[in-house]
Amino acid sequence: MFEERGILPCPPDGASRIGVYVCHCGSNIAAVVDVRAVARYAAKLPGVVVARDYKYLCSDPGQDLLAQDIREHNLNRIVVASCSPHLHEHTFRHAIAAAGLNPYLLQMINIREQVSWVHEDRRRATEKACDLVRAAVRRVRRHKPLENLRVPIHPDVLVVGGGIAGIHAALTLAGAGKRVYLVERQPSIGGHMAMFDKTFPTLDCAACILTPKMSAVKAHPNITLWTLSEVTRVEGYVGNYRVEVTRWPRYIREDLCAGCLECIEACVYKDAKFPDEFNLGLGKRKPIYLPFPQAVPQVPVIDPSTCIQFKTGRCKKTCVQACGERRAIDLEASEKVERIQVGSIIVATGFQAFDPARMPDYGYGLYPNVYTSLEIERLVNSSGPTAGELLLRDGRRPSSVGIIHCVGSRDRKQNRWCSRVCCMYSLKLAHLIRERTGAEVFNFYIDMRTPGKGFEEFYQQLLEEGVHFIRGRVAEVTDWALDPSEEGKLVLRVEDTLLGTVRRIPVDMVVLAVGLEPHRDAEEVRRMFNISCSKEGFFLERHPKLAPVSTFTDGVFLAGCCQGPKDIPDTVAQAGAAAAEALALIDTGYVEQEPNTAYVVEEHCSGCRTCISMCPYSAISMAAQDGQWHAQVNPVLCKGCGTCVATCPSGSIRQNLFEDEEIFEETEGVMAYV
Amino acid sequence: MSEPSGPSPRSEGAVFEPKIVAFFCNWCTYLAADLAGTSRLRYAPNIRVVRVMCSGRVDPQFVLEAFARGADGVLIGGCHPGDCHYQEGNYKALRRYHLLRRMLEQLGVEPERFRLEWISASEGERLKAVVNDMVEKVRALGPFGGLRDRQPIAEASLP
Repeated sequence: MFEERGILPCPPDGASRIGVYVCHCGSNIAAVVDVRAVARYAAKLPGVVVARDYKYLCSDPGQDLLAQDIREHNLNRIVVASCSPHLHEHTFRHAIAAAGLNPYLLQMINIREQVSWVHEDRRRATEKACDLVRAAVRRVRRHKPLENLRVPIHPDVLVVGGGIAGIHAALTLAGAGKRVYLVERQPSIGGHMAMFDKTFPTLDCAACILTPKMSAVKAHPNITLWTLSEVTRVEGYVGNYRVEVTRWPRYIREDLCAGCLECIEACVYKDAKFPDEFNLGLGKRKPIYLPFPQAVPQVPVIDPSTCIQFKTGRCKKTCVQACGERRAIDLEASEKVERIQVGSIIVATGFQAFDPARMPDYGYGLYPNVYTSLEIERLVNSSGPTAGELLLRDGRRPSSVGIIHCVGSRDRKQNRWCSRVCCMYSLKLAHLIRERTGAEVFNFYIDMRTPGKGFEEFYQQLLEEGVHFIRGRVAEVTDWALDPSEEGKLVLRVEDTLLGTVRRIPVDMVVLAVGLEPHRDAEEVRRMFNISCSKEGFFLERHPKLAPVSTFTDGVFLAGCCQGPKDIPDTVAQAGAAAAEALALIDTGYVEQEPNTAYVVEEHCSGCRTCISMCPYSAISMAAQDGQWHAQVNPVLCKGCGTCVATCPSGSIRQNLFEDEEIFEETEGVMAYV
Repeated sequence: MSEPSGPSPRSEGAVFEPKIVAFFCNWCTYLAADLAGTSRLRYAPNIRVVRVMCSGRVDPQFVLEAFARGADGVLIGGCHPGDCHYQEGNYKALRRYHLLRRMLEQLGVEPERFRLEWISASEGERLKAVVNDMVEKVRALGPFGGLRDRQPIAEASLP
């Protein structure tokens, strides 16, 4: 039928010399699909010169086999039936290119992820594999040689999120001489790590290892740091992203402020009165405040929702007077939009802690002495609201503390995943609480998970320190005393699964080891960067093993807990990996793109312009030739979706690699029984 | 193992095994099918996937061609609204789907035979559910058997 349309004739019989290769993938495919039968079947298809099955086609000898056959049998088309093209299409294209064949004369079909791993009936799975092979053989005859497109890469990088992941990635890139924009939503960088007291299992002081890196970010000439800022728009594609960053007003000019903090001192509020966000409301701050002593930038911020001037317009503005000649305070400031161009983006937006109010049985918000682990981090921190003294709400020192593990994690009613860090930080908190207060500490755990360098040793150390471990999931926390020893205490009711009995443990303080979950606005962030989420809402990596920091959007990389719960070393390692991926892109200078772009058959185009409104990239424009208007596609802008191709009423826009004929052949191929 | 040659398998057994051609977008639904594989979910082996870059690439002719070549059903899989890798190709697919579905109904093709589903890369379970559901529904309808002798489906009876 295509020949009648006068386009892309099928090569005449004999011209196609096709090699078909059916991979066993060890037993992954061969256990379900009769690979020998598929190869025997393929051998009978028109145009097929060689058909083989092979144990591991992606291995070196497997690739050599392809190359050898291409030379010996003068093959000009290759069909590989193996795993998903998302995994190994690149490998096989490379292999046949090395043998001198154009890499796009390959058709790969997926008989592992989409056949052997999802079907059990050997006969029907084999039938399906044969159908797919037949379709591929028909399709590949239509393939034509194509050349890769090269798109230049803008050397600047955007890092979103100024936690330890974003900080490390930004410093790595800046250190390599690249210009980096680091965007942070909070008034200071530092993220969750800045809130921690010590880090497990080495008990390094979190601030001591983090703050030098924070200052380095501020000082680095290659890093543009924008705090109180959010990315609000992303357009473009790998190498050429156009990004809009909205910078919310701080009301104090970073370029003029010397960080003397006299304005805070001078505020008409003599005492700090408002809940302090950084200390999770455990401390107080003024309307003009520095988020925490080591904040970077070391510039105060004014909260307009509590500042008298913003609320009534009738403040004495003592802060402005205190600032004097510096004139750093600008109460008229408004938001500002920065427009930048970058070649790659690292998303390091972190996590949020599970809100235990969702589990009312644990009494968070009901009993004042039930805390989250993050609140305890602030309470034991010497720059925290109690200057490092662990005290109950009434000022007493606790003599017994219960730490409940897995709050919100490994729970069918809440989050099903293990948050990975809670066992270890609970051990750390148990150690710190015991060290600071001498209290009896009880850990209530489901399983102790200590897989990491020095982790198990730390657990053993805690056992020796006399911390109690009770294996069981706490049913409830209550203040209902059943005997005098429980009066005035919080009682944890738990089944001790090692003793096989229900126990009641009275304590003064309960710590909920809350899990990690995606930010509540992760969905919007995901959409903005055009990346995917896994089922639980963390950002999805391109491949769980082999591309753990890449995404399905080229040039967008992931680092830290936005991709899934992880500890600080893993976060830093991932941030380094993301920076390296971005560097590799920048230093190559260009990216090779699959040539799946659309093109116009000019003599058939009537110039109706239907396609123009279809293109989300404005890649199609009109051009005149001999007084006749026709569409033309800019291949650099075209991303290869093919929407215009499906729209063209005269079939005069076509798509490389996904030509109508190729798809028709494939469709007919899966249906027809030759 | 019998190699498929000669007559279609639908004549072999008592149970009718429909054949469904599926056009899956490269970024969401094809990946969901890969995920179903790596998660070792089991679903009916009745679908034959044709990969396209975007559901917006699916020309109505592909669907008609699949039916003309004997498909008992056609499934288009794309990214959820707002999630298209190419920004809005799935919306274009949706518009075409509605028109084409109407046309197919006028030709007497039952609506269960032609579906458009949004299945994201993380929805392996959903892919399995959609495929199994469609196979069951099409199985209940019986073989497609072409357009001859079909009556238009009245608008009122449409869901």
